[in-house]
Amino acid sequence: MSHGSDIKSLVWGAVLLLLAACVPLVANGYWMSIALTIAMFTVLATSWALFSGPTHYISLATAAFFGVGGYLVGTGMSDYNMGFWTMVVIAPVVGAVLAFLIGIATLRLSGVYFVIFTLGLAEMIRTLVSWIQNNFTGSRGLYVLTDLTEADIYIYLVILAAVVYLAGWWVNRSRIGFALRIIGNDEMVARHVGINTATSKVILFTFSGFIAALVGALIAPRYTYIEPNGVFSPEISFIVVIMALLGGTGRLWGPIVGVIPFALLQEFINANYSSYSTLVMGVAFLVIVYFLPKGVVGRIEQALATRRKSTW
Amino acid sequence: MDIIITGLLLGGTYALIAFGLNLQYGVARIMNLANGEFLVLGALAAFWIFVADSISPVLTMLIVAPLSFFGNWVIYKLLLRPLVRRAKNQGQLEVDSILATFGMSFALVGIMVSMHGEYFTYSYLAEPFEIVGETFALNRIVAFCFAVLIGGALWLWLYYTRPGMAMRAVSVSTEASGLVGIDVPRLSALAFALGGAVTTMGGTLISTFITLDASVGVIFTMKALIIIIMGGVGDIRGAIVAALILGLVETTVARLIDPGLTLAAAYAIFVLVLLFRPQGLFGRKPT
Amino acid sequence: MLKRVLKAAAIVASASLLAVSAQAADVIKIGQVAPKSGPLAGGATVTQWPNVELWSKQVNAAGGLNVGGTKMMVEIVEYDDKTNPGEHIKAAQRLAEVDKVDFIVAPYGTGFNLAAAPIYAKYGYPQIAVSAISDKMPELTARYDNLFFTLGNTTSFTDSVIEILTDMRDAGTIGNRVAMVNVADAFGIELAEAARPKIKEAGFDIVYDKSYPLGTPDLSPIIKGAKDSKPDAFVAWSYPPDTFGLTEQAIIQDLDVKMYYTAVATCFPAFKGKFGSKIEGVFGAGGVNQGSPEIQAYFEAHKEMTGKDADAWASANTYVSLEILGQAIEGAGTLDRKAVTQYIKDNTFDTIMGPINFENQISNKYWTVGQWQDGKFRGVKSSQMDGAAPIVAKDGWN
Repeated sequence: MSHGSDIKSLVWGAVLLLLAACVPLVANGYWMSIALTIAMFTVLATSWALFSGPTHYISLATAAFFGVGGYLVGTGMSDYNMGFWTMVVIAPVVGAVLAFLIGIATLRLSGVYFVIFTLGLAEMIRTLVSWIQNNFTGSRGLYVLTDLTEADIYIYLVILAAVVYLAGWWVNRSRIGFALRIIGNDEMVARHVGINTATSKVILFTFSGFIAALVGALIAPRYTYIEPNGVFSPEISFIVVIMALLGGTGRLWGPIVGVIPFALLQEFINANYSSYSTLVMGVAFLVIVYFLPKGVVGRIEQALATRRKSTW
Repeated sequence: MDIIITGLLLGGTYALIAFGLNLQYGVARIMNLANGEFLVLGALAAFWIFVADSISPVLTMLIVAPLSFFGNWVIYKLLLRPLVRRAKNQGQLEVDSILATFGMSFALVGIMVSMHGEYFTYSYLAEPFEIVGETFALNRIVAFCFAVLIGGALWLWLYYTRPGMAMRAVSVSTEASGLVGIDVPRLSALAFALGGAVTTMGGTLISTFITLDASVGVIFTMKALIIIIMGGVGDIRGAIVAALILGLVETTVARLIDPGLTLAAAYAIFVLVLLFRPQGLFGRKPT
Repeated sequence: MLKRVLKAAAIVASASLLAVSAQAADVIKIGQVAPKSGPLAGGATVTQWPNVELWSKQVNAAGGLNVGGTKMMVEIVEYDDKTNPGEHIKAAQRLAEVDKVDFIVAPYGTGFNLAAAPIYAKYGYPQIAVSAISDKMPELTARYDNLFFTLGNTTSFTDSVIEILTDMRDAGTIGNRVAMVNVADAFGIELAEAARPKIKEAGFDIVYDKSYPLGTPDLSPIIKGAKDSKPDAFVAWSYPPDTFGLTEQAIIQDLDVKMYYTAVATCFPAFKGKFGSKIEGVFGAGGVNQGSPEIQAYFEAHKEMTGKDADAWASANTYVSLEILGQAIEGAGTLDRKAVTQYIKDNTFDTIMGPINFENQISNKYWTVGQWQDGKFRGVKSSQMDGAAPIVAKDGWN
C-alpha cells in the first residue's frame, strides 16, 4: 500500500463521515431511527472486526461490553444519582478493563474454543449482573431519562465511528496491524519470527471492548428503561458477527457495507411482511449466503476488478 | 444424596440437548445454529399431539425421530453440502455454515411462531417419584432414562460398529478418512441427520417438564455449544461428562449457596475448564 | 457506488410503503407494535394481539366509529418488535412517519412502553399503556403529556399480597413464616424489592428469600429449599415460564402451604389447561370480576372471534384501553390527536370493567390479586373495583 493511496482513503473517509453527519438535517424521524441503528452497528461491527478480522478470532463477547455500558448508565443514574455524562466516561473504562482481563484469559484458546468461551463468559457476566442488581443495588427499575434525541445520539455515534476508523487506519499501518495479520495467517509462524502475539491481541481486544461499552452507554437514553437481560442479550453479539461477516472482515470498510444493506433489508422485510418477518428474514439470509459467497466486499472488489480490466 | 440425584437428572437433560449438536459439529463439521429450533420443533409436536389426543410424548418421540432424520438429511443435502463443497478450508466452512444456519433458525422460528405463538405447556407424568426417601419428578426421571438409552446406543454404535468407527475417523480428520476409502459426504449427511433426529427426540422429552415457546431455541443452541466445547468437540464421552458436571454444579449451588447464582456458576465452571484445558475435557490438541 | 445503492434501496422501500398508505380517507388507521417472536411473544399472544383483533372486528361489524357524523372503519397496521427495544423504536417511527396512522395501541411490556413513549409523545399519540407497571408513574406522566397508565403500580401489587397474608394470619389460617422467591429480571426484582421491607413491617418472618435467573431449567431446588424452611405462605414474583415450572414442582414436592402465590401468567388459560383442578386456591397477579355480565359477554366474544380464551387479568384491561380510545374518538368527534387526548383526560368511560376515568393520566381501577376458585380465576384484591370474591385457604394440591 503506497503512501499516496493511504492519504486518499483518509480523505475519502472524512468526506463520507461528513456526509453521514449531515443525515439529521434531511432525515425525518423514521429515517433517523434507521440511520441510528446503522450507526450503532457500524461502530460495533467495525471495532469488532479490528480485532477479529486480521486474527480470525471470532468473539461473541460484544454483548458483555455493550451490556456493561448500558447497565452502568442505568444503575448509575437510577441507583446512585450520577449524571449521564459521568457514567459515559466510567462505562467504557470498565468495559476496557473487562476486555483486558478476558483478552489475557483467552490467550491459550483458539478456533471454536475461543468463540464459545467468549459466549460463555458473556452469559456468565449477564447472570452475575442480574444477581448483583437483585441482591445489592436494590433497584426499583433502571430509568435513563435524558433530553437527548435520536439525532444527538446519532451524531455521537458518527464521531465514534470516525475515531474507530482512524484507529483502524493507524493500526493497519503500524507494527501491531502487521503482527495481527501474521497471527491470522499462522500464529506459530508469528511467534517464531519473534512477534509478541499476546500483546497485540490483548491491546486490540481491549480497544474493541472499550468501544462496545461506550456504544452501550451512549445508546442507553434511547431505551429509557434498561433491563439487564435486554442489554446483555447474546443476540447483539450474534448480529454484530453476522453483519461483519456479511460485509467482509478483510477491509476496514467491510463491516459497514454489511451493516447498511442488512439494516435496510431488515427494515424492508419488517415493513412489508410484518406477520412473517422472521420467516422472510431467514429465507433472505439463506439467499445472501448462497449468492454472495465472499460477502459484500468480495462482490464490490470483483466489480471493481472487472471494470478496471475493461477500461484497460 | 438428594442434590446428587437432582443434579444427575438435570445433567441428563443437558446431555439430551447436546448429543445432537455434537454429532453435527463433531462429524459433519457444521456449526448448526438452528439446532435448538429442531429441539423446539420436537417439543411443539409433543405438545400438539398431547393436547389434541392425549398421546404420550414418548410415542410422539418415536414418530418424530424418523421425520426429523429425513428432514435434516434433506437440509444437509440441499443446503449445506454445497457450502462444504465450495469451502476451501475449515475456517471458511465455519463462517458459511454459521451464516446459513443462522438464517435457517430465523426461518424455523418464523414458521413455528405462525403455528403456535403461545407457550407449549402441558402436564405429563408430573408426579412425585420416591428414591431413597426423597421426592423427584417422574417426567424428569423418564427423560433421564431415555438420555441414558440414547447416549448408550450412540456410544455402542460409535465404538463397536463399522459405520460408527468410520464416523469417528471422519471426526478426527476428513481428509485422512477420505484417503482410506471412507465415503465422507455420505457419512457426514448421516451424522447430520442422526444429530437432528436425536435433538428432536430430546425436545419431545424436555417439553414434558420445561415450558417452551416458539422463539426459545437459541437458548438451547447456546447451552449445547457450551457443553460440547467443554467436553471437547466430537467426543460423546466428553459431552456426557460435561453435561453431568453442569447439572451437578447448578444443583449444588442452588441448594447450598444461592439459586440466583446457578447459571453464573455453571458458566464459571465452563470458563475454568477451558482456562486449564483449552481443548476441552476430552478434546485433542489442535494440530 | 455505496450512495447509489442506498438511494435505490430508499426509493424501493418508500415506494412500497407509499402503496400501502394511499388508501380511502374514511378509514381510521390504528398502529400496533408488539412482540410476535422473542421472549415476550408468549405473553403478548395471549394478552395483547387477540384483543386488538377482537376490538377492531367488533367496531367494524357495528359499522365503524362515529367521527363527527361520519362512520369510519378501523384498520390495524401491525408490526412485530421481536421483543427488541431498538426494533420497537424503529417500528413506532415507521407507524408515525410512513404509515401515518391516526392512533396507536400501546406496546406490550413496561420497557417497551417507556422506550416508545418519547416517540408517541413527539407525534401526540395518546398512549393508553396497559402492560406497564412502574412506581415512577407520576414522574413519567409529568414528562409525557399523552401517556396514560391503567394497570396499577408496583406498590399496589405487593401491598395487596401483604393484605392477603395479614388477613389470613388474623383469621388464624397461617402463621408468620413466609417464603419469598423472585425471578432476577426487571419486574421480579422491582416487586421483591418493594415487598421485602413491607412484609417484615407487617410482622412476618421471611424464612426463605432467594432469586433465580431468568431461564433456570430446573426449579426443584428452589421449591425444596422453600419447603425445608417450613413456610406457612409461599410468594413468587415470577414470569410465565417459571410460574409454570414452580407450580409443577410445588405439586410434585407437595409444598403444602395455605397461601400459594405466583405472579404473572397464573391467570392464563394455559395455567388451568396444564394443572386442571390441582390449582384450586392458588393466588396470582390480576383477576377479573367473574360475576359481571359484561365480562362474561366479553369472554364469550373473545372466544368466538379469536378462537382463544382471554386471560383473567390484563386481557380485559387491554380491551378496555381500546374501548376508551374508541369512545374518546367518538366523543371528541375528530381524529385530531390533541383533542382526543384531552377528551381522555376530561371524561369518564363506560367499559366492561365499569366506569373508568383518569386522575393525572393514571386510572386507579384495576385488579391486583386473583385466586383460582371452582375452576375460575376470580379477583380478590383490587384498587377500587367491585365484585371481589372472598379469599379461601389453599387445601393441598388435589
